Amino acid sequence: MKKYFLGLVVALTCGAVLATEFNSVQSEKSRVTFTSKQMNVPIDGKFGKFTAQVSFDPAKPDMGRAQIEIDLNSIDAGNEDANTEIKHKAWFDTQSFPTARFISSGIKSLGADRYEAQGKLNIKGRNLDIAAPFTFKPEGSGGRVEGSFTIKRLAYGIGEGEWADTATVSNEVVVKFSLFVIAAPVAATKSKK
Amino acid sequence: MAAPLVYTKTGIALHWLIALLIFGAIPLGIYMADLPLSPTKLKLFAWHKWVGVTIFLLAALRAIWRVTHDVPAPVAGMPAWQVRAASITHGLLYVLLFVVPLSGWLMSSALGVQTVYFGVLPLPDLLAKNKELGEVLEKVHGALAFTMALLVIGHIAAALKHHLVDRDDVLRRMLPGFRGPRT
Repeated sequence: MKKYFLGLVVALTCGAVLATEFNSVQSEKSRVTFTSKQMNVPIDGKFGKFTAQVSFDPAKPDMGRAQIEIDLNSIDAGNEDANTEIKHKAWFDTQSFPTARFISSGIKSLGADRYEAQGKLNIKGRNLDIAAPFTFKPEGSGGRVEGSFTIKRLAYGIGEGEWADTATVSNEVVVKFSLFVIAAPVAATKSKK
Repeated sequence: MAAPLVYTKTGIALHWLIALLIFGAIPLGIYMADLPLSPTKLKLFAWHKWVGVTIFLLAALRAIWRVTHDVPAPVAGMPAWQVRAASITHGLLYVLLFVVPLSGWLMSSALGVQTVYFGVLPLPDLLAKNKELGEVLEKVHGALAFTMALLVIGHIAAALKHHLVDRDDVLRRMLPGFRGPRT
């Protein structure tokens, strides 16, 4: 009886760990989008291709880590003209800097289902601190990490020269992310080592 | 009730204000359409849209003014076909004052660029973003504006013909300060 009970505890604990440490981002159910303002008109865009590695346990957010790499050539800035222009040197210069990368340095709880990831965002060779508040909500077989942060594009040299005029294109760009994460048992075991 | 001899000050002001805005909006629209993407292009598009919204609003005021006021009758002695042509042109111009801006608004919505009047007042998007529909509406907007330009040219030519050839009061009565026919 005692042995049986112990077995149950072990099973429950393992189950709980496996169920709560989310470590695999399902990109087809995830989105990274952004909104800038042109002449005060909000223009939505999105990144078609990105990869994300996340390890996040809502019960132990401090242990969490996240890394997101965005393929800047997959950008959709709203229309064809913009998509061509935004890859040029004055903007993302995707020939020299094809990837934007966020690497977390820490995640903290903000209470309830709210958290904040801090880390470095690297775009166009510039590595700057950002803080991205997000929520985590269970969804289907996994959970959804959803949040946003605002960057100042000029701090990264995005839109230089004639485009530096922020009255035409706002300096603030809101980046939104919505990642569907699941707990993949194999990876979970690995990440615990 | 006898038709008045002159247009009211409001009628004259609306006529010339709208005329001025059309003279700005149509050449601007033609010029900006094929510009390479630049901050200037974004500004010109925004200004063009603001002018368009303004024309639409003034057209609404003008339509209200028109149905609540009598306007001078065609001058005596005009052939019937000219009277009819003038009436049809005026009617079409009234319709286009609404339809041209409206088609631009629909086009902007479909192309995913909302109209924010003077950068302050966001107008609702009438259509969801749809690139194919947006490109069709772009052609429709252009064709309607082109039609309007032709009618405006005809309208101006007719006014000048009245003024210079017929030497009547058709143009003069639309000018501020005109008090009545010469005797």
